[in-house]
Amino acid sequence: MTAWRQGMLAARAELYRLIRSYMAESGVLEVDTPVLGAAANTDPQVAPLSTLVNHPGKPDQQRYYLHTSPEFCMKRLLAKGSGAIYQICKVFRDAELGGWHQPEFSLLEWYRPGYDHRGLMMEIDRLLGRLGLPTASRISYQHCFQRHVELDPHHSTMAELAGRCHRQGFDGHGERRAVLLDFLFSRLVGPHLGRESPVFVYDYPACQAALARIRQDDVPVAERFELFINGMELANGFHELGDADEQLQRFQAENAYRKQAGKPTLPIDDGFISALQDGLPACAGVAIGLDRLLMVLTHSQSINDVLSFPLD
Amino acid sequence: MTRYATNEFKTGLKLIIDGDPCAILENEFVKPGKGQAFNRVKLRNLKTGRVLERTYRSGESVEAADVLDRQLQYLYHDGELWHFMDTDSYEQLAADRTAMADSAQWLKGEELCEVTLWNGAPLTVLAPNFVELQITETDPGVRGDTASGGSKPATLETGAVVKVPLFIERDEVIKVDTRSGEYVGRC
Repeated sequence: MTAWRQGMLAARAELYRLIRSYMAESGVLEVDTPVLGAAANTDPQVAPLSTLVNHPGKPDQQRYYLHTSPEFCMKRLLAKGSGAIYQICKVFRDAELGGWHQPEFSLLEWYRPGYDHRGLMMEIDRLLGRLGLPTASRISYQHCFQRHVELDPHHSTMAELAGRCHRQGFDGHGERRAVLLDFLFSRLVGPHLGRESPVFVYDYPACQAALARIRQDDVPVAERFELFINGMELANGFHELGDADEQLQRFQAENAYRKQAGKPTLPIDDGFISALQDGLPACAGVAIGLDRLLMVLTHSQSINDVLSFPLD
Repeated sequence: MTRYATNEFKTGLKLIIDGDPCAILENEFVKPGKGQAFNRVKLRNLKTGRVLERTYRSGESVEAADVLDRQLQYLYHDGELWHFMDTDSYEQLAADRTAMADSAQWLKGEELCEVTLWNGAPLTVLAPNFVELQITETDPGVRGDTASGGSKPATLETGAVVKVPLFIERDEVIKVDTRSGEYVGRC
């Protein structure tokens, strides 16, 4: 059991200590939000775990979802005027198990009012520097996709993308554009990223916006970034969408897609939507996978190597 | 028709890919944080032996290869096909050169082999793990040399050639591990 080596326990403790001291010095407040909630993230690519809870004096059990990320609650705090905040917590995602995945894992989630995604990338660089990692380079999604897939992710036709998928052993016939891009990116691009130094990939196709703002360039792009080290994705960040109507529409569209794909629809977080209506300050936010960051710092090959008791 | 969903994928599972039966060698879960989950699978085509790679959207299902493993007794080689028999039903089946692959060189007759059948025809044939065969040709033995660790080639009664220790003589019967093709000992 590698994780029982004193070194691994100490490495995690040291990582958390460095993060907390950086945040304290930078005036970012540590917060704590609930793991259980009556609403859930509707993202069709994320499956929440749920549990049934008995309340004294009530006949029916209440279904609660374990958070897949603390972002909705943290944005509610931002809307109430919390200022810059961060959280280190466990999050839960069903049907994810592999060398880089566990159903339960640790996140650092972090919000900076007044920052856009570029400003936040610079701050992540400073934190990585504290951890002894080199400064990250930056490359647009379009640029690295073109370099490794030899197709333009924004302008290629569905037939061109599906043809490239087919040559790589994936039958993309009838799939959505986002799925074809996900396959090609994870198959052909991701493995090359962050080999020399960490790298930020920014400006994602609009079909992969999630909770990011969309900017109208010559093509619409999502103001979203991911951090890669050694071919592994470590972080995902957004210039956060603050428009309540657009957010509600995205949630409803995700539930519609869930229904069509035979997946359960999920209760939309009304508290989060009304926080957006009250006014979310312009901000950028990022989630960093702490187990994967620990893998990088300790040169571990599998997420199981950095956990005290992984599931298998 | 049986199908397997990606969450049932594991090493050894047999699927139909492009019409051919294949066995899973490796199955890897791949998922971008904000995107579609995939299973990236490495498979061996059981007809050609070729290794191929396929990716499936997690949750998809793939047709199962309807293969069956049976213990059959080897009878004889007619110059083109190798003939086997089910010792209970006396049913006879013939395997071709591709199905036999490396197994043919270890068989002289009456061995029980594991034969994988697909659509009723032999797809792969595995020789018993150990066979005992007589040496028909080798250089004269070096008397008393049981420790030098040297070896020499020896031709067996089935035509197979294996490396044997220097002290081994012609006409001796030796035991061979068919999985590695290595000499195990004298019989």
